Amino acid sequence: MNDNPVLKFASDRSILIKIGNDISVETHSKVVSVFNLISNSGIVGIQSIHPAYNSILVSFNPVLKSSDAIFNELNSLLSSTIDFTHVQYRTIEIPVCYQDEYAPDLADVARYNSLTADEVIYHHTKQNYIVYFLGFSPGFPYLGGMPKEIATPRLQTPRLKVPEGSVAIGGDQTGIYPVASPGGWRIIGRTPLKLFSPEKNPPALLQMGDRIKFLEITKEQFKKEQSCRQ
Amino acid sequence: MPAIKVIKPGFQSTIQDSGRFGYSHYGISISGAADNVALRIGNLIAGNDENVAAIEMTLTGGEFLFEDDAIISITGANFQPMIESSQVAMWSTIKIKAGHILSFKNSPDNARCYICINGGFNVPLVMESASTHLLTSMGGLKGRAIIKGDFIQYHKKNIDNKTYISLKKEILDKLYPQRELFVTIGPQSNYFSDETINLFSKSTFTVREDSNRMGLRLSGPKLERIIEEDIITEGVSLGAIQISHDAQPIILFVEHQTTGGYPKIANIISADLHRVGQLKPRDEIKFSFVSIDEANKLRKEIEALISSDSFVRI
Repeated sequence: MNDNPVLKFASDRSILIKIGNDISVETHSKVVSVFNLISNSGIVGIQSIHPAYNSILVSFNPVLKSSDAIFNELNSLLSSTIDFTHVQYRTIEIPVCYQDEYAPDLADVARYNSLTADEVIYHHTKQNYIVYFLGFSPGFPYLGGMPKEIATPRLQTPRLKVPEGSVAIGGDQTGIYPVASPGGWRIIGRTPLKLFSPEKNPPALLQMGDRIKFLEITKEQFKKEQSCRQ
Repeated sequence: MPAIKVIKPGFQSTIQDSGRFGYSHYGISISGAADNVALRIGNLIAGNDENVAAIEMTLTGGEFLFEDDAIISITGANFQPMIESSQVAMWSTIKIKAGHILSFKNSPDNARCYICINGGFNVPLVMESASTHLLTSMGGLKGRAIIKGDFIQYHKKNIDNKTYISLKKEILDKLYPQRELFVTIGPQSNYFSDETINLFSKSTFTVREDSNRMGLRLSGPKLERIIEEDIITEGVSLGAIQISHDAQPIILFVEHQTTGGYPKIANIISADLHRVGQLKPRDEIKFSFVSIDEANKLRKEIEALISSDSFVRI
């Protein structure tokens, strides 16, 4: 198996780089390495670099440099031997209140999996999750590592508005809604942390590669933390 | 600081500049003017740098009271602009006097009209851009479309010795050619048979009512895929045409979600993206494939037209 990334044009102003064929921690580490390599390359004309599970989309300004020139520069950068070993990461605790109005679908998730609500919380909080990347909407983390014991299908009809900070399960994934938005995942709790703050730099609390752990808090703690951040 | 007062906002009017680049890895798409060419030309006519923030109006225009003398330009779709009771020219430098009202109707053909003002509108920059991102309430005027009663401030410049110019008519025809939308082949064209790709490029599609700055939903013949499973979620490009489970295309536009799991059959070329910003519900469109080289050539032609040679003094 050839480990070097494969490049192709996704449009006349973007190049899609494929890195492996699966969703795994190994592939993720390579994506982080390639992302850092391109970010630090100083290649003129690059406008944005969007990592995902096993790919990176590089968008460029074709006025500043021709698409062929960008393609060739990226290709030679990525044909060299890439060091995949030195990926550093942070571990961040995300407090979550799994009670009442913050958790409208917790009972359904429990029923679907023949568990009690406490058992769902136990499974959801027991392990570390990896932030594969941010995408979809501002600050939204794609998380890996949810125990299959609490996997639950998405709602038949998505909600028109999921409140900011909602922690939810969709299929075998879990996620946090950084901003209020429509959504079809089952809401099992809410965090008082602000995951997206456009006025801050960086604007997102989480970043690719972070390991996170959910920590159960009471309603009182939730309200206290929420008022602290105002 | 001088301001214009919003008497009527129009259907959906927002502050937009050329966009918010470099934040896609935080899940933030570029936003910005849906018709970037109209924005850039409008700014040049008003005496600004190309990428300064303007008002983007959609489908129906508004009414604006100018509290001070100002130099402006109106570009994009012809929303039948009037100052007081006189018609005014599109694509030309205009002086409006203090106390006068600039008003618009709707457009007989295209979707978006721009008001650029000499000095530029003054809104706080969010991540280096004034562009409004409606879905996340970010940028522009308090992160929302403008409403009745808003005061939109602008930077006052010395306007007395401004050169008045107008875009040459033949340049306008070149910027908005009457032909199909050109596309390059998408990164997941292998999800479709040659017959389906052929069907895509031979058929007429209709823009649906539920289209907006996030995306344009199209209806037309079914474009069935030959690989059932979705792709592993990846970053998506501006102008990507993805085919969802209903076998219908969606053009991902300026406020698109930054990632997606649907296969992409094609991508609008850079030289035609501004024409997508002028599409209205029920418009009929066709696509035609070109090579990356051809796309680059067409983009260079458009870029060359956005220059001082394209204007005449008036």
